[in-house]
Amino acid sequence: MLLDVDGLTKTFATAEGPVAVLRGVSFALDAGQSLALTGESGSGKSTLLHCVAGLEPFDGGAVRIGGADLAGMGEAARAALRRRTVGLVFQQFNLIPSLTAGANLAFQARLAGRHDPAFCAHLAARLGLSGLLDRYPEQLSGGQQQRVAIGRALAARPALLLADEPTGNLDETTGDAVMDLLLDGVAEAGAALLMVTHSMRLAARLGGRLHLAQGRIA
Amino acid sequence: MNARAAAAVLLAAMALAGPAAAQGAGGGGFAGLGSAAEGFALPDPAWRPDFPADHGPHPGFRIEWWYLTAALEGPDGRAYGAQWTLFRTALAPGEGAGWSSPQVWLAHAAVTTETAHFAAERLARGGIGQAGVTADPFAAWIDDWAMQGLPGGADALDRIALRARGEGFAFELAAEATGPVVLHGSGGYSVKGPGGQASHYYSQPFYRVTGTLTLPEGPVAVTGTGWLDREWSSQPLDADQAGWDWLALHFDDGSRLMAAQVRGAAPYRFGTLIGADSAARPLDGDAVRLTPLAGARVAGRDVPVRWRVAVPDAGIDVTAEAVNPQAWMDLGVSYWEGPVRVTGTHPGRGYLEMTGYSP
Amino acid sequence: MMRAGMAAILSHWRRHPVQLAMLLAGLMLATALWTGVQAINAEARASYARAAAVLGQDRLERFVAEGAARFDQAAHVALRRAGWPVSPVLEGRIRAGGLRLTVLGVDPLTAPPQSGLAGLAAQGGFLRFITPPGEVLAHPVTAARLTEAALPGGPAIRAAEGVPEGTLIADIGIAQAMLDAPGQVSRLLIAAEVPAGLPDWREIAPGLVREAPEGAGDLARLTDSFHLNLTAFGLLAFAVGLFIVHAAVGLAFEERRGTFRTLRALGLPGGRLAALLAGELLLFAVVAGGAGVVLGWLIAAALLPDVAATLSGLYGAAVPGSVALRAEWVAAGLAIAVAGTLAAGAQALWRIARLPVLAPARPRAWAMAAAGGLRAQAAAAGALAVAAGALAVRGDGVVAGFALIGCLLLAAALALPVALHLALRAAAARVRGVLAEWFVADTRQQVPGLSLSLMALMLALAANVGVATMVASFRATFTGWLDQRLAAELYVTARSPDEGARLASFLAARAEAVLPIVSAEAVLDDAPGQVFGMADHATFRDAWPLIAAAPDVWDRVAAGTGVLVNEQLWRRAGLRLGDPLPLPGGALPVAGVYSDYGNPAGQAILGLADFDRRFPGLPHQAFAVRTADPAGVAEAVTAAFDLPPDRVLDQAAVKRFSLAVFERTFAVTGALNLLTLGVAAVALLASMVTLGAMRLPQLAPVWAAGLTRGRLAALEMARTLMLAALTAVLALPVGLALAWVLLAVVNVQAFGWRLPLHLFPGDWAVLFAAALAAAALAAALPVRRIARLAPADLLRVFAHER
Repeated sequence: MLLDVDGLTKTFATAEGPVAVLRGVSFALDAGQSLALTGESGSGKSTLLHCVAGLEPFDGGAVRIGGADLAGMGEAARAALRRRTVGLVFQQFNLIPSLTAGANLAFQARLAGRHDPAFCAHLAARLGLSGLLDRYPEQLSGGQQQRVAIGRALAARPALLLADEPTGNLDETTGDAVMDLLLDGVAEAGAALLMVTHSMRLAARLGGRLHLAQGRIA
Repeated sequence: MNARAAAAVLLAAMALAGPAAAQGAGGGGFAGLGSAAEGFALPDPAWRPDFPADHGPHPGFRIEWWYLTAALEGPDGRAYGAQWTLFRTALAPGEGAGWSSPQVWLAHAAVTTETAHFAAERLARGGIGQAGVTADPFAAWIDDWAMQGLPGGADALDRIALRARGEGFAFELAAEATGPVVLHGSGGYSVKGPGGQASHYYSQPFYRVTGTLTLPEGPVAVTGTGWLDREWSSQPLDADQAGWDWLALHFDDGSRLMAAQVRGAAPYRFGTLIGADSAARPLDGDAVRLTPLAGARVAGRDVPVRWRVAVPDAGIDVTAEAVNPQAWMDLGVSYWEGPVRVTGTHPGRGYLEMTGYSP
Repeated sequence: MMRAGMAAILSHWRRHPVQLAMLLAGLMLATALWTGVQAINAEARASYARAAAVLGQDRLERFVAEGAARFDQAAHVALRRAGWPVSPVLEGRIRAGGLRLTVLGVDPLTAPPQSGLAGLAAQGGFLRFITPPGEVLAHPVTAARLTEAALPGGPAIRAAEGVPEGTLIADIGIAQAMLDAPGQVSRLLIAAEVPAGLPDWREIAPGLVREAPEGAGDLARLTDSFHLNLTAFGLLAFAVGLFIVHAAVGLAFEERRGTFRTLRALGLPGGRLAALLAGELLLFAVVAGGAGVVLGWLIAAALLPDVAATLSGLYGAAVPGSVALRAEWVAAGLAIAVAGTLAAGAQALWRIARLPVLAPARPRAWAMAAAGGLRAQAAAAGALAVAAGALAVRGDGVVAGFALIGCLLLAAALALPVALHLALRAAAARVRGVLAEWFVADTRQQVPGLSLSLMALMLALAANVGVATMVASFRATFTGWLDQRLAAELYVTARSPDEGARLASFLAARAEAVLPIVSAEAVLDDAPGQVFGMADHATFRDAWPLIAAAPDVWDRVAAGTGVLVNEQLWRRAGLRLGDPLPLPGGALPVAGVYSDYGNPAGQAILGLADFDRRFPGLPHQAFAVRTADPAGVAEAVTAAFDLPPDRVLDQAAVKRFSLAVFERTFAVTGALNLLTLGVAAVALLASMVTLGAMRLPQLAPVWAAGLTRGRLAALEMARTLMLAALTAVLALPVGLALAWVLLAVVNVQAFGWRLPLHLFPGDWAVLFAAALAAAALAAALPVRRIARLAPADLLRVFAHER
């Protein structure tokens, strides 16, 4: 089992008192599989993704990636996990503004120590970015930026790709094209995919679907 | 006479603190003339004059003056008066070199017309030549004011030229004596009060004066008679003597009268009657009578400007009336000084000085 | 609408108190330093005016001697006797009780009204005043400081309000004795109203000239350059402070874009919104400006004693040690606070006024906007550098000197971002490794946002290097000069001419050489100066600090056929060797030039015999003594003549005293330097806090990609230190150029001497460390914030429209 989430709980402190966002979420994902995570706004699906990515600490339960439990890890270990094992694609602003598209594309792979220029070039070509690699993020359209973000995540050859509404900020046509590239890339790399989306149409394209309601798997 | 303006002591006070300090109430007498005289020479009854040396300064005494008044007349018969006065004050007895001299000089000059009165003063330190007096040839000066002896007379004072100027006026006068110097009191030893205060005092009362007064309206040629007082002392007044009234009268018959009173607890009167032949007769308090007849409001004070002057045993009974009642010397030390017209048994003209009238 | 709008705008500050504090602190600091300097200047100028107004001298015409500092009082008597309303004044300087004092001799009977003199009317006061030993009038503070001191001639001291500090008013006769000037006067004051019809003064007193009143007087003229110096510092500090305000205002406007957009959408016109914001700035300017004025007052009060010591040591100008609240600098401080705030906020206001109703809330594209700007900045920097060069070659006068400094500093400031850009571009091409590449790229992106505060830091550092180098060069030169100049082992001064004669023979029997020191005041090159007489002796031939000389200089001086001049006179009068120098008693050719850092006035040295011929009657009272046993001779002299300790000084004591004066002179400069550096650090902090808000989108992707917040914070600190280090390295040559300008241009203009530039790498290391420390302090807070960022804040970057 690549990803094993077991009884995950997470409570936010707010001005009105503690709010339990995740109330014991359990699921599992095998290598190469894909899962869509759906739910209403505020159902906790993004929080769940952040906990799985080691970006946010959680209160109870376990998140095991490749057998290692994030609950017992310090910030440095979780950062190392993000570098080597997990790829992340967010809704927007994924890119480092001071680096070119090319440098962004290679960034995480180099951090993870798995940089392969040929593979990057291949990804760039696949994602239709070949002529754009010298541009800075500000000079790219939203769709182009998201394609660079996907390339960056895949270039590091992660075992697990986590995506949070990766096309949520794009128009439908662009979004569909980006989603095609994402799914193709994941398939080609043999990575597992956990994707948050509120679109049933997109969810249907993935291998399975988890619906989150009031902090639990419905 | 006169304890005349003598203000001199105050010099410093006048120049530096203004009239208020000089004339403050208190027991110092007019212009501080009533203060003590430690270390200074005192008038000596046995003294006899030695001219021309005594025309010069006597630095061992506290105060001394060269005081000339001239009752004048213009070509149109209008009356004028002119005054040229140099006071010497010693802050300490004796001389010192240069600026360290304790001698201080003060001069007053004035011109009186029937409707106006102009006055000015000058101050100077002794020791550097800015002011001073030499006996022979005679010269008394301060800045550009001068009383200068001219050659040709038997006495150094017989022929003199006078020069002074101030705001609104100037004068250049020549005076020529028609008689000798006259000693007051007893051989020039003149007693000033019941306590025996005295001064050395002589006059040249026989000047015939000609010259020019320069007034705002222009120059006026004048002629008249002049009277020079020379007096020095160290403590002329009692502490309770507030001031004095002094008259020097030139009668048309050629005789002269000096009559004065020092106003203390009781007035102390004295005078000298000088005949046309220059014979001098000292007058004591009983022989001379001074009676104020009318006052005028001058500079916020009530000042008598018409006097009855009588020497009964000489048949003199005259009225002296100010040519200009407003002849107020509004200077560092202020007093009244101006020409008078004389009517009565002995008509003529003269000069009146009054000090110590408070507002 | 307006009220609601104002409330909406102001609510921002409740939520961001640190920003508010920064804005107010920046404004306050800027105003405070400026105001402090102005308060010091105002106090000093007021005291010069007081000194000049003694006896109404600031309003009265005067007669002075042509070509001499003093003349015989006979001219006074002659003019008085011709009717001229003149009053004599003798002026001179003495040292007593460790103070430099101005002695004014007056004749109270003819003098214009002067407070203090009135008190003489009291019983016997006038007599005491004019008869030896006399009495001098002094300001109560001065009088209190002189209670233990012995004045020449031994006059009593009487405290009198209305006499300026550091001035003694004496009777002219007493002053002539105190100043050894029997029968001499410095000038004759002419009464305001001169009667008409007086004889022509030229015929009465040939050799005198009639001069207009002096207005502010000699002191104001002498000290002008010193005050210009302080003003320049104040302005620099203020400019640095404005960087802070600019940063804070920019941040606040940036962060409130959303609010502005909403207000615009609700119908508030752009102009009205800008007016509201201008009103807000005005409020801050008044509040912070007011606090700054108060702080400035405190700064001035803290610095004034040193300034007063400087002015007294350098120029003999007495300035009281306390600062009075004066409307002039309070108003000026508030005005410049308001003007500065509006200037700093003008750009932001202009943008707000023209903000489209629905402007996209996009992070500012710093790097993009900066690219075109850099070229323009480089061009401007080049133009300013050319102007500076032209000023260095052609400029004349202190003002030109400071204009040169201004051009130099501004050029350097404008060139800084260009230089940083080039340096980082070069680094980008060389670094290897993903993090290093990102570090450099990210730093390049930060530079435009930080460049204003880095400019401030560079200005402060350059000023520091420049001024420190100037002072240290001056100190090194001065110390060496003292060694040459103070060649004798012992310096003895008698109290009277008679004692001087006895002292000379007493010393002659006990020392290897007894060299009289005589001097007289004189007019040199149309300005007050001093003439010295110097004995012909190996002491001087071997050691005197000549900087230019004819081959037989000493023989010519000894023979009375040549004169030595000090450097300041030489430069000011544009003399060359062999040129005739007009002197009392006839001109002499210049045979040599010596360096002289004692005071800014001109000096000439004659052979002793020649001096005595030209200034007959001046007694020999002061002696330089050559001896192998200074302690023994000093003891013998003290015992035999009962001389007070300040009249028997050994070489070391004189040096100690001179160096102490020197150090005090530059204490103010050091303090201002440090304060300016502090302000620059605050400017950097303000910029970093400003940028911190915009850092999130730049840092979040890197964090998400697998870097810890601690690592990011460490990199942030490293970045700040690297920028500060680069800035400091670039500031070094600028500072040295500044030092060169100060030494070779400004000092020559202001004091008349040119000093060699010495380099002090040790000082640079200290300053470099200080720059890093300042940067580290400034970065500490923003870096700590990064280390403690809540993950939720970072994650929000990816989810929300900002």
